[in-house]
Amino acid sequence: MNATDPLLRVEGLRKHYVSPRQWFSRPRPSVQAVDGVSFTVARSETLSLVGESGCGKTTTAKSVMRLIEPTAGSVLLDGENLLKLSPAQMRQRRSDVQIIFQDPYASLSPRLRAGEIVAEPLRNFRRHSAAERDERIRWLFSKVGLRPEAIDKYPHEFSGGQRQRLGIARALALQPKLIICDEPVSALDVSVQAQVVNLLMDLQAEFGIAYLFVAHDLSVVRHISHRVAVMYLGRIVELADRETLFNAPRHPYTQILLSAVPVPNPRTPTRRMLLQGDPPSPANPPPGCRFHTRCPLAQPVCKEQTPPLSTRKNPSSPGGQGEHLVACHFR
Amino acid sequence: MMPSSAPSALKNAPPGDGTVFVPPRWRWARKHPTLILGAVLLLVVAFVALAAPWIATHDPQDIDPLARMQLPSSEHWFGTDALGRDVFSRTVWGGRVSLIVGISVASVSALLGVVLGLLAGFVRRLDGIVMRIMDGLMAIPGILLAIALMAVIRASLTTVIVAIIVPEVPRVVRLVRSLALTLREQLFVEAAHAVGTRLPTILLRHVLPNMVAPLVVQATFIAASAVLLEAALSFLGVGVPPTTPSWGNMMAEGRNFVAVAFHIILYPGVLLAVTVLAINLLGDGLRDALDPRLARQL
Repeated sequence: MNATDPLLRVEGLRKHYVSPRQWFSRPRPSVQAVDGVSFTVARSETLSLVGESGCGKTTTAKSVMRLIEPTAGSVLLDGENLLKLSPAQMRQRRSDVQIIFQDPYASLSPRLRAGEIVAEPLRNFRRHSAAERDERIRWLFSKVGLRPEAIDKYPHEFSGGQRQRLGIARALALQPKLIICDEPVSALDVSVQAQVVNLLMDLQAEFGIAYLFVAHDLSVVRHISHRVAVMYLGRIVELADRETLFNAPRHPYTQILLSAVPVPNPRTPTRRMLLQGDPPSPANPPPGCRFHTRCPLAQPVCKEQTPPLSTRKNPSSPGGQGEHLVACHFR
Repeated sequence: MMPSSAPSALKNAPPGDGTVFVPPRWRWARKHPTLILGAVLLLVVAFVALAAPWIATHDPQDIDPLARMQLPSSEHWFGTDALGRDVFSRTVWGGRVSLIVGISVASVSALLGVVLGLLAGFVRRLDGIVMRIMDGLMAIPGILLAIALMAVIRASLTTVIVAIIVPEVPRVVRLVRSLALTLREQLFVEAAHAVGTRLPTILLRHVLPNMVAPLVVQATFIAASAVLLEAALSFLGVGVPPTTPSWGNMMAEGRNFVAVAFHIILYPGVLLAVTVLAINLLGDGLRDALDPRLARQL
């Protein structure tokens, strides 16, 4: 294994939900929640997945750690395909990939104390004696900014931000190499969002954790990410480093998405591009480029040929580095 | 006149407002009067049944041909039955049967129901098999099963309990399975899976504690219906053997003499009604006390 190899390499990930066949009915089409997604995450890097609701961000993220079993593809963590592991082997590898959930209320057992919640991953892997475990729990609490008194409290005694810190402590307990953040701040107040995002960045700087950061709030994404992947209807349409993506987006969907970000100064002239209607159903995706039904640039070729996600030269972005991948016939 | 004659217990009351001071530890009880009433009534019945050897004034089996169908008196508090047996002593001893049946049916069917329900809810391959067997068991009426068991083996308390448990288990299984299906989709169960917790631990630590409340409530209602069903089976003569006094067979024996000696069926009947009422009150109270959504509304 090479040190320059990415920590995580996802290739051709697909998740198709097949609705159970009813008696006497025709087989219904499967819902293509994620349809051939490939990306890499380097060590200590934050890759964000953005896109509107239902585009497959969360399905992709959860598939990576097999909380959802993907239909096809491969997920290589340090070169080992997680999708080929037996359930017992996968359980062992869970110490390397952890997850922080969107909803800090539903993701904590209401009948367990905070200390027990954070102790659970440590118990599962039996790396510590009881005394070491208690010591480590106190250390984890201090790392995520919770007071030691909080150890004996129940989840309902915490605020949303504190609960999310608890979720982070649980994810951090096993010293994972990768943490999947499934919209970790979208359920929090704006003031608390900043604290939690900064906490995540501090932890990354200290422990070299890589994040796969799922979000739809572009200002948060711009703050935390190194690279950003934009998803639309189960596919990645554009992937680039943060500067390039935000300053020189190429895919029309990315451009429209970025134009929707509110600007603080009301006098700033904005060219807001608006999308008409809802995204098509993933149960019946349009042929060719999936965006052609709403795309301002759509041409007949878009209906017939699926544009591949391919590399672009990128002279327009001064700070840009690394690959810029776009899935469009014209950009 | 009220302020001057305030009882000394209210000395600690905060001055000013007109409300009666309730010590914090009693507030909970005030909020759930049905729970307290049911628990107290049940405790009294349980105490009487447990202390039967000391409370009963006569041997419940002692036949006295000279003192048949006597009205209540200082010698026989509840009178005597057609064989001259003391109704008070028999009622006290009969409570034991009802309690044993209620408790054992509720606990055994809850235990079996939890195990089978969790299996059905979490191990998808077993779901269909377990649930179809349960549907089959549900179709067996308890009374018919009791008669069949009586025909095959001798009647005893055990056959009665088994006959009542068999149709009750599927109800618990259905409840537990439906709770399990909801809980397995909960995010904290997914989170436990994500940190590498094994299935048995997930069930014990995350799933089971969150079903305790509805289970306890269901178990009390099962206990109430089991007590009634035992009485019905004994009344029909397919329950507890006549050598053991139970409220059901006391009423069955007293039935023929209702016109001349009403007291023979009155006391076991009243006790049966009170016991079932107490268990139902307890169940209702527990449901309200354990359901946090209801508690918040109050």
